[in-house]
Amino acid sequence: MWKQCLAITRLNLYSIPRRWSSAIVIVVGLAGVVAVFCALLAMTEGVRTTLRATGQPGNVIVLRAGSSAELNSGLSREAVTLIREAPGLARDAAGHPLASGEIIVVTELLKRGETSGGANVSLRGVDPRAGFALRPQLRIIAGRRFTPGLRELIVGSGLKREFQGAALGQTLRTRGSVWTIVGVFESGDAHDSELWADIDVAQSTFGRTGFSSVLAATDTAPGSLHVFEDHLTSDPRLNVDVQSESDYFDSQTRTFRATIGVVAGVVTFIMGLGAVFAALNTMYAAVAARVREIATLRAIGFAGGAVLVSVMAESLALALVGGVIGVLIAYLLFNGLTVSTLSDNFTQLVFSFRMTPRLVARGLLIALAVGMIGGFLPALRAARLPITTALRAS
Amino acid sequence: MSEPMVAVRDVTKVYVRGAQRVEVLHGISLEIPRGDFVALMGPSGSGKTTLLNLIGGLDQPSSGEVEVAGRRIDRLAGNALSHWRSENVGFIFQFYNLMPVLTAADNVELPLLLTRLPAAQRRRNVEIVLQIVGLADRARHRPNELSGGQEQRVAIARAIVSDPQILVCDEPTGDLDRATADEILKLLQTLNREHGKTIVMVTHDPKAAEYAGRTIHLDKGRLVDGAVAA
Amino acid sequence: MTRFGFVMANLFRRKTRGTLTLLSVVSAFLLFGLLQAVHVLFNAGVDFVGATRVVTQARVSFTSALPLRLLSEITAIPGVSEVMHETWFGGVWQTNTPLTTFATVPEQLHAVYPEWVMPEAEWRAFAATRTGMIVGRQVADQFGWKVGQKIPLASNIYPRKDGSKAWAFDLVGIFDGKDENWQRQTTQEFINYAYFDEENQFGRGNVNIYVEKLKQGADPAAVAHAIDARFENSTDETKTQTEREFNVGFVKQIGDIGLIVRWILSAVFFTLLLVVGNTMAQSVRERIPELAVLKTLGFTDASVLGFVIAEAAAFCILGGLIGLALATGVGALVERKLGGFLPLAVDAGVWATGFAAMVAMSLAVGLLPALRAKRLNIVDALAGR
Repeated sequence: MWKQCLAITRLNLYSIPRRWSSAIVIVVGLAGVVAVFCALLAMTEGVRTTLRATGQPGNVIVLRAGSSAELNSGLSREAVTLIREAPGLARDAAGHPLASGEIIVVTELLKRGETSGGANVSLRGVDPRAGFALRPQLRIIAGRRFTPGLRELIVGSGLKREFQGAALGQTLRTRGSVWTIVGVFESGDAHDSELWADIDVAQSTFGRTGFSSVLAATDTAPGSLHVFEDHLTSDPRLNVDVQSESDYFDSQTRTFRATIGVVAGVVTFIMGLGAVFAALNTMYAAVAARVREIATLRAIGFAGGAVLVSVMAESLALALVGGVIGVLIAYLLFNGLTVSTLSDNFTQLVFSFRMTPRLVARGLLIALAVGMIGGFLPALRAARLPITTALRAS
Repeated sequence: MSEPMVAVRDVTKVYVRGAQRVEVLHGISLEIPRGDFVALMGPSGSGKTTLLNLIGGLDQPSSGEVEVAGRRIDRLAGNALSHWRSENVGFIFQFYNLMPVLTAADNVELPLLLTRLPAAQRRRNVEIVLQIVGLADRARHRPNELSGGQEQRVAIARAIVSDPQILVCDEPTGDLDRATADEILKLLQTLNREHGKTIVMVTHDPKAAEYAGRTIHLDKGRLVDGAVAA
Repeated sequence: MTRFGFVMANLFRRKTRGTLTLLSVVSAFLLFGLLQAVHVLFNAGVDFVGATRVVTQARVSFTSALPLRLLSEITAIPGVSEVMHETWFGGVWQTNTPLTTFATVPEQLHAVYPEWVMPEAEWRAFAATRTGMIVGRQVADQFGWKVGQKIPLASNIYPRKDGSKAWAFDLVGIFDGKDENWQRQTTQEFINYAYFDEENQFGRGNVNIYVEKLKQGADPAAVAHAIDARFENSTDETKTQTEREFNVGFVKQIGDIGLIVRWILSAVFFTLLLVVGNTMAQSVRERIPELAVLKTLGFTDASVLGFVIAEAAAFCILGGLIGLALATGVGALVERKLGGFLPLAVDAGVWATGFAAMVAMSLAVGLLPALRAKRLNIVDALAGR
């Protein structure tokens, strides 16, 4: 039986070049479906990776209770002092708690290629020591860190790439103040879309007395996190939420990812349906074109089951070729493409499309599924052909 | 004496296939009077089908004149020729060539779509000709539901529905058994004798030729006997 | 029978092939309808607002606050007829359904937005009830709210004085839009600023944006410029744009949705072209003898070309109409379930574009096979060459 299948399948595949125009239909159709699917999900994956990477294990972020984003959160100076002095936090070499009170100020930059409009970006005021100590993944790749006390900025590599006026040495005017860009940093996560400055300078320049959040590292001793959390929640003067840094950033793009997920699902489903119709069409035509051949094979003695398998094999082979082409197109056109979109802070988040092996596998699976469904009914028809009438067919 | 229905004068037909030049008809001249039923016979390659195509206006001679129903059709081309065909010629083929997606009645109505007749009148004409060929009760059937003889009758009905002057038949009984063939030929005879249709029929069957008034023989692109000089 | 009847009869010549081709066209246009509606929603949907209002936000971002005291200064700018302010409340219904809720002053809203249509009694009730709230018709329909109900709403930004985020309002009115475009925008709710400002824990005396209604004949650009100049170099620098620019600017920050939609649709229609084109090519190839017979009957070459194009058009138009109808239905369903956030409308504009696509597609897939049919030589075709 196996040899039969193989023999007929080879016959089928060899005859494809004669029927190339119908075969192209399946290949192109599936290339399209898989390419679109991979591209849309590469977007989600890119955003998720960028955000997920943001967040050191062991770091926690403290926000005002019920705030969904740093932008909505506000902590008073007193509250931040209480937080920094809470037990359970790790300390640096000098004995200071590893805690960075931070502020997000929204500012505006023009995207590359624009002359008007502008988009909002985040300017983050950080503690000059703790802000960096808490984020070891952040490296200065050009220039230097800002000097505490001066109106100096360092820019994230993503922001520098996507926006104008953010290059080393340039001055930035915002909200009535002038800043100098003294360095470029890269951290491989959401911070690459930010401008960083000294927290005290940011507060005084923009007339803010409060903070948006506190980022802190808990002590390595087990149970420290609970100690810290309990202390904060039981203090009646404080009204805060504590979560791990990675959880926080992960939740930031939940809406975006959910939306794209839905869009990808709907679009892929409808396209997939269309591809199934196209595949069915082609395979029915393929079978109809070779009715005589198939009937002859059956008359000779090949089993109906072998015919069925061979037709399905043909459909799957074409679908797979289409799927691979689709993956390649998506990869070549989109992988690594950098774009920016609105994050939950209503500021821009720069991210790159990312195609992962898992994504590719899912795309190819879709191709195989379509190939299978598109091939089955025609294969059944071919296997059940009444031999005598088929032999007489023109 | 009224002018002949068909007058072919010194007609030559040459086909160019790639680098080959094939002369299929060599200077043929003949006349077919109105109301005649003529059989064209000859071995394969004799050019009889080519001659038939020229008479029916499906093809143009390489040189010479073809005059049918008073028109020099060798001078007509494109839409003018199409129009002439729709009004003057009815075709009957060996393999019926009916539209498989249409019913018998719709197949017969097809040529009438080229006229300005309103739908009701068209339907009436279709009924009449289906009566003539004896298939009124099969009007709603599709070709795949009809026998070979019945299909040919539908084809004949379609050929006469526009009331053309001349019927051109290419092996009309070639695909039928003896009994059915005889029925069809009798029908053609009726059309010729009772309805005055001039009929030119290509056939290789001598028994079929017996139904015709006279026979013209061709061989290798030339007339053999029965030719009437212009 | 007619020529049209003949074309239709040939369409389903091979039932399976005809049906599957038609279904492919239907799927393509279903997707087209939905994606185009999304595209329109995000981009062109702002066109109808007209040029009678400008919007003032904090220079850097509309998420920043502007103080209330700017109101009198703005009202004094020449060209400004009425002023209102709006503050984003961050309303959430039943745990996780976000709502577009603004705190505003009822009389100001009524004056600046005459496009919102509501019985005068309800406007008065809104002004008179501190905890009053009015909602747009779409929202009311989506949740089945009726005037007189007490609506519990949470805010994901502003806690109340007592620290809880659970607010509650009295529904005193439901507003409609003055025409179809505005009706589609009735996806918002408004609460009383006075109550909001007094009851919320922080951000006292601040608003998010001011919306200014212009005097008849006033130049929007000039007024916008005048307002911004007034506050330049102060602690509350402003950015004033026409209402349209404001809406567009927001969408642009999300990304180039139009581009994504165009890419997807291109892929879809390219494939569709192949599918239908292939069917047409096969169909003509099979029918060469029949087409030749048509010519013998006296149909002109042009007629035969016409038959083939008509067949291609029948697939594209029939399938397109069904697909767009399905899209309209799905869009209406989505609107009913998510009305507030995704007022998807497969409207006349989408249909018009769809129709153009159907025609273009018909020509694209039908032209080559039609030319082949037109040019076929009767004698060769009948002889099977």
